This record gives sequence, C-alpha cells and structure tokens, in this order.
Amino acid sequence: MTTHKHVKTALAVALALVSISAASAQESTATYDTMAPSSGADTQPAARGSMQGMDHGSMQGMDQGSMQGMDHGSMQGMDQGSMQGMDHGSMQGMDHGAMQGMDQGSMQGMDHGSMQGMDQGSMQGMDQGSMQGMDQGSMQGMDHGSMQGMDHGSMQGMDHGSMQMQGGSAPPDARDPNAYSGGYQLGVGKYALSNTRQLMMADEHNFGSFLIDRLEWVRGPNSNAASYEAQAWYGSTYNKVVLKAEGDVKKGRLEEARTELLWGHAITTFWDTQLGIRNDVGSGRPARNWAAFGVQGLAPYWFNIQATAYVGNSGRTALRLSTEYELLLTQRLILQPRVEANLYGKNDPVLEIGSGLSSASVGLRLRYEFSRQFAPYIGVERYQTFGNTANMIRADGGRSGETRFVAGLRVWY
Amino acid sequence: MRSNRAMGVVLPNLPRRRFVQGLAAGGVIAGLGLGGMPARASQAQGTAFGTAPVLRGTEFDLVIAETPVNFTGKPGMATTINGMLPGPTLRWREGDTVTIRVTNRLPEPTSIHWHGIILPFQMDGVPGISFSGIAPGETFTYRFKVQQSGSYWYHSHSGFQEMTGLYGGIVIDPAGEDRVRADRDYTVLLSDWTDEDPMRVLTKLKIQGDYYNYNQPTVVDFFRDVSREGWTSAMNKRQMWNQMRMNPTDLADLSGATLTYLMNGVTPAGNWTGLFSPGQTVRLRFINGAGNTFYDVRVPGLKMKVVQVDGQDIEPVSVDEFRFGPGETCDVVVSPTDEAHTVFAQTMDRTGYARGTLAVRQGVQAPVPAVDKAEWLTMADMMGDMGGMSGMSGMSGMSGMSGMDHGGMAMAHSQHGAMPGNAANSLKVPSKKARHARTEYGPSTDMHVDMARTNLDDPGIGLRNNGRRVLVLQDMHTIGGPMDARSPQREVELHLTGNMERYAWSLDGVEFGKSTPVHFRYGERLRVILHNDTMMTHPMHMHGMWSELEAPDGTFLARRHTIPVQPAQRISFLVTADALGRWAWHCHLMLHMDAGMFREVIVA
Repeated sequence: MTTHKHVKTALAVALALVSISAASAQESTATYDTMAPSSGADTQPAARGSMQGMDHGSMQGMDQGSMQGMDHGSMQGMDQGSMQGMDHGSMQGMDHGAMQGMDQGSMQGMDHGSMQGMDQGSMQGMDQGSMQGMDQGSMQGMDHGSMQGMDHGSMQGMDHGSMQMQGGSAPPDARDPNAYSGGYQLGVGKYALSNTRQLMMADEHNFGSFLIDRLEWVRGPNSNAASYEAQAWYGSTYNKVVLKAEGDVKKGRLEEARTELLWGHAITTFWDTQLGIRNDVGSGRPARNWAAFGVQGLAPYWFNIQATAYVGNSGRTALRLSTEYELLLTQRLILQPRVEANLYGKNDPVLEIGSGLSSASVGLRLRYEFSRQFAPYIGVERYQTFGNTANMIRADGGRSGETRFVAGLRVWY
Repeated sequence: MRSNRAMGVVLPNLPRRRFVQGLAAGGVIAGLGLGGMPARASQAQGTAFGTAPVLRGTEFDLVIAETPVNFTGKPGMATTINGMLPGPTLRWREGDTVTIRVTNRLPEPTSIHWHGIILPFQMDGVPGISFSGIAPGETFTYRFKVQQSGSYWYHSHSGFQEMTGLYGGIVIDPAGEDRVRADRDYTVLLSDWTDEDPMRVLTKLKIQGDYYNYNQPTVVDFFRDVSREGWTSAMNKRQMWNQMRMNPTDLADLSGATLTYLMNGVTPAGNWTGLFSPGQTVRLRFINGAGNTFYDVRVPGLKMKVVQVDGQDIEPVSVDEFRFGPGETCDVVVSPTDEAHTVFAQTMDRTGYARGTLAVRQGVQAPVPAVDKAEWLTMADMMGDMGGMSGMSGMSGMSGMSGMDHGGMAMAHSQHGAMPGNAANSLKVPSKKARHARTEYGPSTDMHVDMARTNLDDPGIGLRNNGRRVLVLQDMHTIGGPMDARSPQREVELHLTGNMERYAWSLDGVEFGKSTPVHFRYGERLRVILHNDTMMTHPMHMHGMWSELEAPDGTFLARRHTIPVQPAQRISFLVTADALGRWAWHCHLMLHMDAGMFREVIVA
C-alpha cells in the first residue's frame, strides 16, 4: 500500500497535511451522523465532519472536543469522499456524484469502537497554540479550485445510491454469496475427493515484503547523520504482521529509534487498522514503550497516510501522522513530497519533548527507479520543532528547526 | 510517455530490445529433452519452424518434465510436454475414445486439463477437484470419448505450470465432413513467457499492484493534455480516477516489462512462419494459451473469415481483427495475396506483441506494424451504462458527470421497478438490475457497478473506432443454435470483483478459500449472469459444460467455453447442467484465478 504512484495535478506539489487546531476543551458528544447539515465554513460541526473524513478511527481516539477546532478548509483536500460519506449536509456545495463515488466506505467502516478506548483526557492536553501554528493554508490551496468547478446543480437530481461506486455498506436486500450453494460445502461431500478440501489457492497463501522507504544521509546545520525508515509485513491479504522502524544514527551511535510491531487488519478497500506496541530507544536516552493503534492506507488522490495514536507509561500519549505522495514526472522519475508530524500529550523533559505539536518535517525527494525495487534519491527536508519542545531545545542551546539535504536509497524486496 | 515506433515501445538499449523481441532462436534448448516419445504418432503435414509436431491417433504418451529454455538471453527452466513448448498438438477424431498416458517427471505434482472438452469430471484434470493430480514419477491415464469437434487446447492446472510452458493444442476432426475448408491448416498458439518465478510475480503484485505498468499517467502527460485541451479538460480527465484511486491505464497486470510474447513458442524475432502456396487458403486455429495476456490479432492486408470460436462453428463473419483472452480459441480462414503476410498479435496493454509470418517460403517477411497507442480506460469502462449515457468518449470526471441528465436516470429507475420480483415470466430476458452480494462492500473490492452495460457490440478498450472491423461477441452465431431449447428455470448471478490496490481477485467479493460451491441441479437449464465490478476484462471459463452466450434480449448467440466479460459489463449465458460432479469455474487470467477468482461448481 505504500508504493502507489499517480499524478494528481501539478497542484499536488503543494502537498499539505493535517492542520490541527485544537479548540475549546468542551465536552462533545456529537458524532458525525448527528451533525447539523450546515455548510457554514466556520461552524464546529462542519469542521468536525471534515476531520472525521480524514481519519476516522484515529481521530475518534482523540479528544472530540479538540477536533471541533479542526480547520475545515484544510481538510478538504484530504479526503473528500469520506467526508461526504460522513456528513452530506455540510458538503452540499460539492458534487455529490463525484463524492459518492469516492470512499465513504473506507471511513465509515473504520473501527470506531476500538479507538474510543483511548485516553481522551490526555489528548485534551495537547497544545492548542502550537497546533494552530500548523499550516492551514496549504491545505486550502489543495483543491478548492477544482471543486468549485464542479457542477452542483445537475448532480442533485442523481440517485445517490446508484452513484456509489466504492465502499459503502451492503443494503439490507444484498445478495447472499452462499445462496447458490444448495447446502454443499467446498471440496467435501458428494463427488469430492476426500473428507477434507484438497484445493488451496494463493488467496490462502501468506506473502511478505520488506521496504526500506528511506535509507539516507542527512546533512544540515545541526545534522550529519544517517537516517532510516522501514516497513516490513508478512501475512495474508487482510491480516498482516507489520514491523515499522525509523531512526537516526549519528557518529556510529543510534541516536533515536522507533520500532513498532503491529497487527494490520484490512477494514476497507484502501485502509488497514494497526494495533500493537512501540518501543523508543536511543543512546543515552531512557526507553519509552507504548501501546499503538492507528490506520494506514490510501486516501483519495493517492495520498499514502499513516496515523497512529500511542499510549505509554505515566499517562504519556502521542500521535504520529505522516503522508506521502508520489508524483510521476516520468515513468521512472518520481517526486515524493512527504510530511510528518509528532504530537505528545504531555511534556517529557528528559527527551526534550514538549506537549502538543512537538515536531514536524516536510520533505521533497526526487528518486529514479532503476527498477521498482531500487531507487536512489536526493531531496531536501525542513525539520521544525514547536511549542514546548522548541522552547526546551532552545533553552538547551539548540536550534528549533533546520533545513536538511538528504541523499539515499529506496529499496524493497 | 511512450512514442510508438516500429518496435512498439521505447527501447532504451539493446538488451531491452532483445528482451521484448526475444531471441531469434529462443525456445527449448535441449531439443526433445528427456523421454520425449512421440512414438505412436506420426508427424503430420509439413510443419514449419516452431510449429509443435502433431500427434494423431487414439493413444498418446505425454511426458512432463523440466526443460531448459532461453527466450530472452537469460536461461530459464520451463515445464514442457515431451520436451517441447508448446507441447505437441493432439489430433483426435470425433467419436473416438482417446487414451492419454501422462507421466510426471517433475519434482512436484502435475496435471493436464483438457480445455473445453466435454468429459466425465474425473478426467477433467483439476487437482483437488476432479482428481488428486499426478504425483512425481507417476503416470495417470486419461480415457474418454471425444464428443465434439473443433480447435481446443490443453494445459496444466497445477500451480503456475501453465505460465511456465505446459500447454498445447488439440484439433478434433469432425466425424463427418469439416464445414470449414482450407488448403493449409495451422495451429497458432499464442502464449507469454516470463523469466521470473510466477510466484514471485504474484508476490510483487501483492506488494505493488501496478508493478509492471510503465504506462502510468505522468506530469508530462498532464501538461501535454493542458496544452492540447486546456487546463479544465486535463483536470477533469483525471479527477475521478484520482478520487477513486483507480488507474486509467490498468489494462494488464503483467506487461512487456516482464513478458515475452510467443507464437507457437517462438519469439517475435524468431518469427514463426507458416508456409502456403500462392492461391491457397489457410486456416489458422488461434489459441490463446497465455497466462495473463489478451491479444488483438490481425493479418494486415487480409480479411479474416472467422469460422469457429471456442471449437464451435459459427456463421462465417469477415473481420480485420479480433481480441481474445486466455482460454479462448478462434479459427479464421485467410486467402493470402502476397508472398508474405505478418500475423500480428499485439497485447491489449500495447506493451508488446507476438508475431509470425505466412509466407510462400521460409525467410520471406512482411512489414511488422507498429503497436497501437495505449488508450485510457473510459467512463463506460468504469461505470457501465452511466458512463455511456454521458456520451463522453473520454474519462472526463466532473464534467462528464454533470453532463448526465435526469432522463437517463429516470430510465434506470424504471428498470429498477420493472425487473425485480416478477421472476418467472421475466426469465425470458436476462435481468438487468445489479444485485450485489453483501460481501462486495469490504476490503476485497474496489468498486461496484450499479448499471452495467450489456452491449455486446463493443470490441473493448483500444479497439473502438480504430478504423478496422473488429469481431465482437454479437457477431458470433453458432451454427445449429442452442444445444437445449428449454428456457432457463432460474438465474444465478455472480459478480466479478477485485481490489487492484491489494491485488485481490474474487467472485462476489469472496475468494475461493472462503467460498461455497455453486450448485447446479442435475439436468436443469439455467441462466448465469456475470456482472463485472472491476475495470479489467476477465475470460471466465466454466469446466465441464457449455456456456451458451445470449444477447441482452435473450436470443441465443454462441456456444462458448470461455466468456470474456469487459469492465462494467453484464453478460449472461445459459447452461444445461448435464455433467454430474464437481467442476472448476474461474477467470483464466492465471494470477486472478490463483488469487481466488475461482468457484467450485457441483452438479448433483
């Protein structure tokens, strides 16, 4: 799921990510289907709806109150379809047909329940101010133009049901796939070869992959390090063991490393939930262990998205969001914008991590695929710390952000 | 971006050229290999270079073994029959009882399935369903009465052996006189070859569904469209594809990036040649034995008179070109006018071609045409009738949608009202309303088509309005009409489903391993509806019984063993369940079949 590529438009260079502006800490009991059908851009319901469209599962895990503050505009570029699926009312200005055709199902099918078990309170502790500092504007730049170009009027007469080409849920009168079996079982019984089914196809086979998405040398004012990010999986189409690893090596020492072991479970066409554990280590740093729950998948317009929430010891919570996009300049020359953000529920001074939006990076990598599986790249990345984190680093004499040049290799097997 | 030169694709360097074209002398290295024993058979008619020998009679010995081959410059191992790839063509006579002893010299089990042949299910050769397979070192004896005539083929039904060379042609002479007369008679078996391990190929697709697609939309394409059509049009053309995360160039899972295309086991550079004398007519028995490739076949400069499809004689129809998928066969008669004519079979995704020559003597060649430009899939390919109603020829996203009018929708609504419910008398005509299974709404599917198109006059993507007369399904009229005059007593509706992103293929959203069999009551006449909820064409092959294709108004068209279903298309055929036992029913694209687009049928 991580390696899809497509062209959106030239606009897509203006990649943007999640702009999270936490708002009032008020308790909210609203869910998406109770939202007012308001199209007011600045009303909380609309804002909430749009965020749910992006990543329902993980967002539910967050404090709902804070989601109310989410910037509506900024999310529109993310996942129109799923937003449509969430809240028709607020999206009425948009094209129903197109929206229905998108990915309602992927979001609706998300496992709400499992996230609700998360610590909502700790999410409320997020730093509102720093989140607002995120780039709202960049998302708005995404897609407004093209959406406005859509034809509202002519679509309203459409039969929404028949236009829904992806996702959704089965209607009550949906056909039973076993209706034609006449009670017979696969490979056993009359005319069968034995008492157990003999024929197995690849749908019952396990597959595996090991992707090193980034294996790079990083050069910046403060950095001269090697960095890696990898993801391996093994399993069936719908259930996998997933191993994620990311870290930096400086002067031969592992500066910091995040390793996650997850159970990935396909829930919709393009989305998997992931449930498991995370371990952070680093030389001279105390280890941190977390329980992890997240989603990984492909949003409309081919954005690869990972969003994972973590709960650690001592009431620590964290949220990690990343997205990648693959812009095919040619069949083999690919420009990959990449955005990552890390948020924490409370200060962890030993690690110089502050609550709220702690760090984010925006990178642009240009790779050449000698083969699908072997692609060297060069790129540039802006890394920035925010809020308490930035304060702690500055107090320690460090810089709160830097621009880095990277050169590396993307390989998989 | 790819400019289409004579070679068809941009060939950046020499090794690549060799890869696409293949080695001129490519093929089986070890000659007859181990144990090849065409003993009881006589070598028939002056077989040209590359043509498999023809074995005649009623008793046959086939030995399956591994044989070194080299099609691309890279040595590999093929699974072969009597040391040959393709295996020998078996020539039977209708009414005979044939005995075929198949000996397995592979280190793994094997099997041979007689594709399109009506026989007892124990002889059908599907391991795990009709028999236990042929263990290493063992010999299995197939024996059955030949009840039909025409062109067919055989292939392994074990693992990926079919992709690695285990296939051959079958020609059955009618008990009486052959309706088709020609001076020369050639079996032309088209296939494809990959140097990779097929399981590795499948694994790569599981990891990246578009791994072999080097014809993806790029930024260069986008700006070219902007300059030609304007910004809005270029944006619209892409909008829905990108929203839905579907690829308009997803025409084939495997491409020339890994495949070398073969005609009678010969690479394009090798140029299989069938000889004729001036003034002679030539019957070409085309068999698509490819693992994963749809071919568009033509003999530039000549009309092809199509006389038989899937072994069944049809009212002759004269065409310039036909498309057929893995499993299908198509017999044509041509009347050469020049010293040499190219037999050209470009792949549906336009990344390569198989090629041979009809010539008055060895070594004479005709020009090889350029491969056509690959087209994007259209609105109709994604949305069926809804796309068609918009009248858009291209994929035009929002503007296409807004172009839809309410009238069109109203029609659809009235269909809804008319079709469901009043079952008994409406069975004269196949139902039109999509009845999606409840299992089609999960991660196994990436789209559903609610108003599929039923048009059988569509040659399919890449062949529409190409200036050539292309064979379409509605051209096919089997001589003699249906085998069973009864009306269907019920309908069985199955949806062809998949998720390209996960590379999952299924029926009704359910892969083989999680499915239950489809039960046909012994003796019944029923209608099967195949409704394609994907954007690929699937050649659906039902073992053991004929699939009698019908028009949307219920009139009989043609008796088939493999029915190609286009994207967003809904096709129906009638089956007489006269063959007791358990049978396989699957998409004949090997990787789709293996991924689970497969059902067991039980007739009881």
